[in-house]
Amino acid sequence: MNEFLLEARNVGKAFAGIQALKDVTFGVRAGEIHALCGENGAGKSTLMRILDGSLQPDSGGIYLSGIHKTFSKPLKARRAGVLLIHQEISLVPELSVAENVFLGQLPTRWGQIDGRTLLRATTKLLQECDLDVNPSALVSTLSIAQQQRVEILRAFAFPYSVVIFDEPTASLSEAESQRFFSHVERLRQRDIAVVYISHRIREIFRLADRISVLRDGEISSTFNTRSTNEAEVTQAMVGRSVVHTKNEARNVEGKEVLHLESFSWRPGKGGISLSLHKGEILGLYGLVGAGRSELAETLFGLRAVIQGTLYWKGQSVSIRCARQAVELGMGFVPEDRKTLGLMMELGILENLSLVVLPVLCRSGFILKRREKDLFDKLCRQLGIRTVGAHRPVSILSGGNQQKILLAKWLARRPELLILDEPTRGIDVGAKAEVHALIRSLSAEGIAILMISSEMPEVMSLSDRIVTMRDGSITGKFASHMVTEELLLKHSAPILN
Amino acid sequence: MHGRSLIDHPGLRRTFPAWLLLGALVIAFCSQSPYFLTGLNVSNILFQAALIGFVACGLTPVVISGNIDLTVGAIMGVCACLVIELQSLGVAAAIVVSLGAGAVLGLLNGVLVEKTGVSSFIVTLAGMVGLRGLAFVLTGDTSVALEDERLSSLIEYQVGPLSVGVLVFIANVLTLHCLLAFTVHGRNTYAIGGHRTAAYDAGIPVSSHVITNFVVSGILAGASGILMAANLGAASPSYGSGYELWAIIAVVLGGTGLRGGTGSIAGTLVAVLALATLRNGLELMSVPPLYEPLIIGTVLITVLVIDTIITPRRAGYE
Repeated sequence: MNEFLLEARNVGKAFAGIQALKDVTFGVRAGEIHALCGENGAGKSTLMRILDGSLQPDSGGIYLSGIHKTFSKPLKARRAGVLLIHQEISLVPELSVAENVFLGQLPTRWGQIDGRTLLRATTKLLQECDLDVNPSALVSTLSIAQQQRVEILRAFAFPYSVVIFDEPTASLSEAESQRFFSHVERLRQRDIAVVYISHRIREIFRLADRISVLRDGEISSTFNTRSTNEAEVTQAMVGRSVVHTKNEARNVEGKEVLHLESFSWRPGKGGISLSLHKGEILGLYGLVGAGRSELAETLFGLRAVIQGTLYWKGQSVSIRCARQAVELGMGFVPEDRKTLGLMMELGILENLSLVVLPVLCRSGFILKRREKDLFDKLCRQLGIRTVGAHRPVSILSGGNQQKILLAKWLARRPELLILDEPTRGIDVGAKAEVHALIRSLSAEGIAILMISSEMPEVMSLSDRIVTMRDGSITGKFASHMVTEELLLKHSAPILN
Repeated sequence: MHGRSLIDHPGLRRTFPAWLLLGALVIAFCSQSPYFLTGLNVSNILFQAALIGFVACGLTPVVISGNIDLTVGAIMGVCACLVIELQSLGVAAAIVVSLGAGAVLGLLNGVLVEKTGVSSFIVTLAGMVGLRGLAFVLTGDTSVALEDERLSSLIEYQVGPLSVGVLVFIANVLTLHCLLAFTVHGRNTYAIGGHRTAAYDAGIPVSSHVITNFVVSGILAGASGILMAANLGAASPSYGSGYELWAIIAVVLGGTGLRGGTGSIAGTLVAVLALATLRNGLELMSVPPLYEPLIIGTVLITVLVIDTIITPRRAGYE
């Protein structure tokens, strides 16, 4: 059977003179998972938005079961059986789970919403998909992982024939991703055509039947999963080979910068004890909800310390606000998928100098020349090609934005830098550059506490790894001694 | 800037609707009335611009930091009444005390917004009603007239075609522009409006910057009230009603986004000039005052819609 259920034939699309897609032909068969990967800016999202009717192609067309279709808007595509599930969760927080699942096509009776049918249908769906979510709970009360499951439920609620996932696992932990994969496979069993967009090579290999790589707006190659390997796909994505270097056992014997003793943001057993040395990278691995972000926020004065002591270079201190933490010499890059913690409308230079302004001014006035010098120096150092210092950061690619975020702390020269998911949502090439940047920061003597849900990242960057579960530390490892199995064992939830 | 034209500068680009309106109005009124470009009329326009301008320029940093101040009109009323009632203390003292009152009211707004966490829209909406009431209580619900001439003669003092009020306004525009463009306070104001949490995480004392901007807004609203009272030689508790709306219109027309993080004093200044020109021109062409609000509203929405239509849509990013 070679017939494509949904196919884009010779599709081209340009924005403001920039050719986002050039003559792209991409098809998916019923009962197949076809993965689409490529770096940021390769045109993946544009292609998806053309498939679901959010955008119209300049040339070429969309064919459903071989018949040419024009979807003028996403609703038309949906009615024809094509559903795009967006990267960002698009649920209405004030409505219930059931209402969200059937939103847009709520069952009615005499013009009113038929609550009973709605609830019954949702409960049935939840059982089928083996999900433990209360159908009448408000979406705002659910965790991100639960919300993601509700989002997926939408794909099962109607007899869609094509379901497109745009980076569905970006905010899921390892274990949650595993559960998610089984849902995607269930779709395949139902003979539904699945298009699967992801940065994560490993999960693509786990799921997909075929893999297409989009580069610079063109399909550079299509592979059969069985007859290719990760290196080949990665090389097709970036156009060069990316080598993952594993950390050698570095000998970090710097002075102790941070020491925690039964430290916690909540009362009760245990608390967290650890220490961090000058120039050391400490990886903090755990699943979403293990308390990693909470620990980081408490360190930085964003949450109250309920128990334990924090020693900063041997001195016991209590940090009450971010300002105090910054003045002590800490830096914090929080996890923030949508805005990356940048002022999007503000210029690149303005974002870079944000935390150094206090030393770049005289009696309240900014020393513009020194600010510009700093900017030039940082851009050279980081290899950021800019189109102008004052252009808004929103025009930069995700990878460059992430670099700006790290670089602003580089300018301040903190002694401890806390990074929460520093490479989430950026592509393979940019990821390697951010990793190199993190290494060079630590080489300059900055102690780094890195939170990450990605095992390869934690294992290749860290000097030591600490695993967390349920707000406590479950293990400490030297990174050259650790295995993935060991990390999983110490972070997976205890089943009872 | 790599040979890019000034139009590409994001800050300048946003002031485009205000320039468009100002240019169109000047051309239109010049062709309609020979009186329009005379010295007397221009200084009239400038004085009108100063009245709205003090309020609008004071409001601009508040809006850039992601807040709104609806009390400015009411503060105008309070300060206008205060300066008239306190003139027995001497002109200088009356002005200083009135400006001080504006500062205290601005401080109150700022502290309430920052320390309670109630949104600035709610806080200043309540303040707008309450402070107007305060003005009525201060005067006992009647107009108060100027008993001596010192305050009004001060306002009549001219340097060339520019009255004292306009000169003070120009100085104020320059100061505020420098404050926003060159100081750490200004930069942090943009940062707070752009991403408040990220600004806090960067160790910026968010609250004190926000409160400072409210205080500046209060003082400048007070200055506008004093200017109005001095000009008319009297004050009524209803002075300044509707000025909060004029100020917001000027701020938005001048390219400052209501979501915060963007904008400039220069933009607000051009917008204020455009609004003053529009009102002046309509009077010159003896359009009945009855029609004024209708015309002004129509013109504003037209300009902003045109701007949205001709702005190139942003290319789609991944």
